[in-house]
Amino acid sequence: MRRADLGAQLLAPAALVALVALVGTFTSRAIEIYFLTAIVSVAIVVAIYVFVGNSGVLSFGQISFVAVGAFASGVLTIPLESKTGVLPDLYPVLRDHTVGNVPSLALAALVGGAFAFAVGIPLMRLSGLAAGIATFSVLEITHNLLREWTKIGPGATTLSLVPETTDLLQAAVGTILVIAAAFAYQRSRFGRSLRATREDAAAARAAGIDVHRQRLWAFTLSGALAGFAGGLYVHLLGSITADQVYLELTFVTLAMLVIGGVTSLWGAVVGALAVSGLDSFLSEAEQGVGVGFTLDLPQGARLVVLGSLMALVLVLRPSGITGGREFSFAWLRRRTA
Amino acid sequence: MSGPSLLAALDAQTLADATGLGAVYALMAVGIGLVFGVLRLVNFAYGQLVMAGAYTLAFTSQADWPTWTGIVTCFAVVIALSTLMDRLVFRPLRTQSPAVMLVTTFAVAFLLQNVALLVDVRDGTIGEPAASVAPLNQAVSVWGVEVRKVSIVAVVVAVVALALLAVLLTRTQIGLQMRAAATDFHTARLLGVRADTVIAIAVLLSAVLAAAVAVLLTVQNPLVAPDFALKDTIIVLVGVVVGGIDRLWTATLGGFAIGFATGVINGALPTDKTVFLPSVVFALVILVLLLRPAGLFARGRAGFAERM
Repeated sequence: MRRADLGAQLLAPAALVALVALVGTFTSRAIEIYFLTAIVSVAIVVAIYVFVGNSGVLSFGQISFVAVGAFASGVLTIPLESKTGVLPDLYPVLRDHTVGNVPSLALAALVGGAFAFAVGIPLMRLSGLAAGIATFSVLEITHNLLREWTKIGPGATTLSLVPETTDLLQAAVGTILVIAAAFAYQRSRFGRSLRATREDAAAARAAGIDVHRQRLWAFTLSGALAGFAGGLYVHLLGSITADQVYLELTFVTLAMLVIGGVTSLWGAVVGALAVSGLDSFLSEAEQGVGVGFTLDLPQGARLVVLGSLMALVLVLRPSGITGGREFSFAWLRRRTA
Repeated sequence: MSGPSLLAALDAQTLADATGLGAVYALMAVGIGLVFGVLRLVNFAYGQLVMAGAYTLAFTSQADWPTWTGIVTCFAVVIALSTLMDRLVFRPLRTQSPAVMLVTTFAVAFLLQNVALLVDVRDGTIGEPAASVAPLNQAVSVWGVEVRKVSIVAVVVAVVALALLAVLLTRTQIGLQMRAAATDFHTARLLGVRADTVIAIAVLLSAVLAAAVAVLLTVQNPLVAPDFALKDTIIVLVGVVVGGIDRLWTATLGGFAIGFATGVINGALPTDKTVFLPSVVFALVILVLLLRPAGLFARGRAGFAERM
């Protein structure tokens, strides 16, 4: 592979995210939120891709790590003076300490990674549907604990008063870090070993690769990145409930990954941006938007259009928009040659 | 959850209702398992077929159609929708990986649910009542125990449907072909089994079961909303995989078991004691999958769930 192509595989997704952030700075506050959400969803989808894309094992559990990251980071950044009032039942260690924005993001990554590692030790022995249901069970357990256990969080109520520190700069820098980590991993010996097990588990094992161990590394890294993305997410929203990091987010982010193309980093980024972009456009269209003519969709039509387009892409192009390939200048060279 | 209070709450009525719920879930499990057998596709949108049937019952009931025409229309709508889903979505995706197929069924489920929402909110409220089938929810006294009619009907329907299906699968030409296709689709095709026919019949049978489930669930929950049967589908899918999706009877048993367990838990435990129950249940699910990845009731290890 040409050196330029290898560089482009990292730079193209990073540049795309930076471009989206840059365009976002020229918009009004009401529109800016769409750009912020799109960029943070890239971070979440890339985190999922690190495990699902490289291992070929479907996981419905990665949003659990987003959830613990979001709640850890959120609970720890609420100002001390208001914390005892809104979250009286917390463990003293959580109640009496508050950290800044950046340390809270690092903590979110740490908590997400540690949780994923602990869960992964037994679960990474499974594959196929059993893995799908087992990881789904992790999501259910996480959601149940976050909703009911008031010593670690707000329980069934909303976690609010979280400082809204995720502006376009923090979202873009954070997401580009996630992309860089995913790229470094997939080019490393570990990433290559795991991709070999995805293509042919038996052959990879014959070549001396420990499938369980390689999956566990990826699962842990994916959990850490997901936790970090969760930290970005909670500081974007300012308030969050356990239901916001549960089934719907799981389905939407998985759909983004599959629509973009499961097996490439480029696919994860393109899928996340394309689906969030479309979603934002359709929400505006429900308000009425001018595109040459005035497009005025009835309320609720957004999700119908989104669902049909998702199904359509999957039926017509099951390997995703990018075909599951990394970004490359090869098509340019072919055209100019 | 102390033992005596749990046992005391387990009266005959709770057990009867739990058996009824188990029967309904067993029917759903068969419907999901039939399609999985021939297509290797976990149809997450199965619950939306049930939902479509339930809406049909609600709208026909509001239009004052006789109950039996409502039920017939419900079957027709569900069968038509299921066939449409097979032609438009499943058929082009037959050769794709399970992940792509599963996510596509998510997308279809999401789409159908939002179409339902769009139709439902035209009158300004979410949820449509289906009064016509409600009388089945009344209780009758059987040997001194109050049992809701629908629980009895559910068990009878499940037993009859499973018996008919067993006869179809073991005693007819097409049943033999379906079992062959479920065992090894490629070889079955080489030997002259027509793929489209076998799949169409599996889809048809699973739609008939979905329509029956729609009627039974609507009786118990007469306010039909867009997320109708969504939670049930998730529970049944867990039950099916825990039971063993590779074979129809283990999947069915898994569906029945999880339905029965859900019924007993909901009926016997006070709400304040069940807050952490989902965690316990799903931890058990993980444990079962780790110990027996091919399913609780499966023989040995199945190929699809090999351990790493």
